[in-house]
Amino acid sequence: MEQDYHKTDIIIIGAGPVGLFAVFELGLLDMKCHLVDILDRVGGQCAELYPEKPIYDIPAFPVISGQELTDNLMAQIAPFKPVFHLQQMAESLTKLDNGNWLLTTDDKITIEAPVIVVAAGGGSFMPKKPRLDNLEEYEGISVFYSVKQVEKFRDKNLLIAGGGDSALDWTLNLHPLAKKLALVHRRDEFRAAPDSVNKMRDLVAGDKMKMHVGDIKELHGMNGQLEAVTIQKRGEDPFKVECDTLLAFYGLTMKLGPIANFGLNLHENLIPVDTEKFETSEQGIFAIGDINHYAGKLKLILSGFHESALMAQQAFRYVYPDRKLRFQYTTSSTDLQGKLGVKEEKVA
Amino acid sequence: MVQSPSLVNPQSPFKIMKIYVTDQTGKEHELEGLEGWRVMEIIRDYGLPIKAECGGACCCATCHVYVDGAWQDKLFPPRDDEIDMLDEAPDLEDNSRLSCQIIMSEELDGLKLTLSESARP
Repeated sequence: MEQDYHKTDIIIIGAGPVGLFAVFELGLLDMKCHLVDILDRVGGQCAELYPEKPIYDIPAFPVISGQELTDNLMAQIAPFKPVFHLQQMAESLTKLDNGNWLLTTDDKITIEAPVIVVAAGGGSFMPKKPRLDNLEEYEGISVFYSVKQVEKFRDKNLLIAGGGDSALDWTLNLHPLAKKLALVHRRDEFRAAPDSVNKMRDLVAGDKMKMHVGDIKELHGMNGQLEAVTIQKRGEDPFKVECDTLLAFYGLTMKLGPIANFGLNLHENLIPVDTEKFETSEQGIFAIGDINHYAGKLKLILSGFHESALMAQQAFRYVYPDRKLRFQYTTSSTDLQGKLGVKEEKVA
Repeated sequence: MVQSPSLVNPQSPFKIMKIYVTDQTGKEHELEGLEGWRVMEIIRDYGLPIKAECGGACCCATCHVYVDGAWQDKLFPPRDDEIDMLDEAPDLEDNSRLSCQIIMSEELDGLKLTLSESARP
């Protein structure tokens, strides 16, 4: 318990651009942040969906890529030493007797704080699932969408599905461990890095693994234990491939997930907030960025930045109920410059 | 056929065009758009069920549609990034396209398409 328990000022759910910038605004007001994100890296949609795509509407950046924006934000918030809990899904939220919130993740990390900031964008990134009968029966037993422990796949007769980097990377990584390995993809072309594709083709040419072209149409097995799948290429006859484990990588999609059960009012899977403090129906829980809703809302990164600045003002009042809040500019305040590490902090 | 109030400014100098969209429940909608508009945006702006979670960047396959027979050949062929992204559409057919990559032009006036199950929000 002790190792997985943390106490802080602010818990931010979602480490996308808006969650990251909130660290800055909160940090200027002396609040320390822990961030929880389901992905294995920071940046949210910017890093996961379009790291290389140019963004043209970030103020003062005529053009910037999703990854550059993320990297810049990480540099900007570095002075405030945020703590990240990645590959963690915020699972439940409870109010403690002392008035604080306790957030628990799916890996049972618990964090306590007086303020929660939901900056979860379109929700949690979750694996896209194939449309197959009885899929649920196999999930978690012999059908998986990610690799948490490599050892789980040792000596398996493994089938990997997909054509992107995840499918190809895991094909190359698990191939030495698995008893047998086959890759199945809809077409004989891959969007994964050409180098990985070449390595995979070498393995196929050397008879070290198999590659099938087609879509998985049926799962066969008993009590959740997979025995074979039926594969079919459009316009051709279906065929059966024996396997005891399936790893499917069909990309990610966003779902609201457990946040729906946090007891907040919802409006079509968005969280209504006021436009002064960006606070939800629960005192001490804020929602900023794409996940919130108010009259006139625009889902723009710049709107989320604005929302985080106003949110921080009210969060300060919860974290430091006895302190007066002074509005200061980073250009002129030696106090703020000290926090940013650009000038020595003046001792008050 | 469901007709919704038009979102097009009637004074627009651009040509006003119609598209016919069948939603996931089988209902057909007549929508108006202007030359140059993205089909995904037209569908979204009229409030039909389309997820389009990446917002039109050809990065997610959640605006997947089926283009009606004869219209397929009139469309600009998919670019490589669209073909790659269609790999993530679980219910792919030969007439599958990402609607964020279809831009309205004169020859597409009257375009007919059907929303895929995987585009449902």
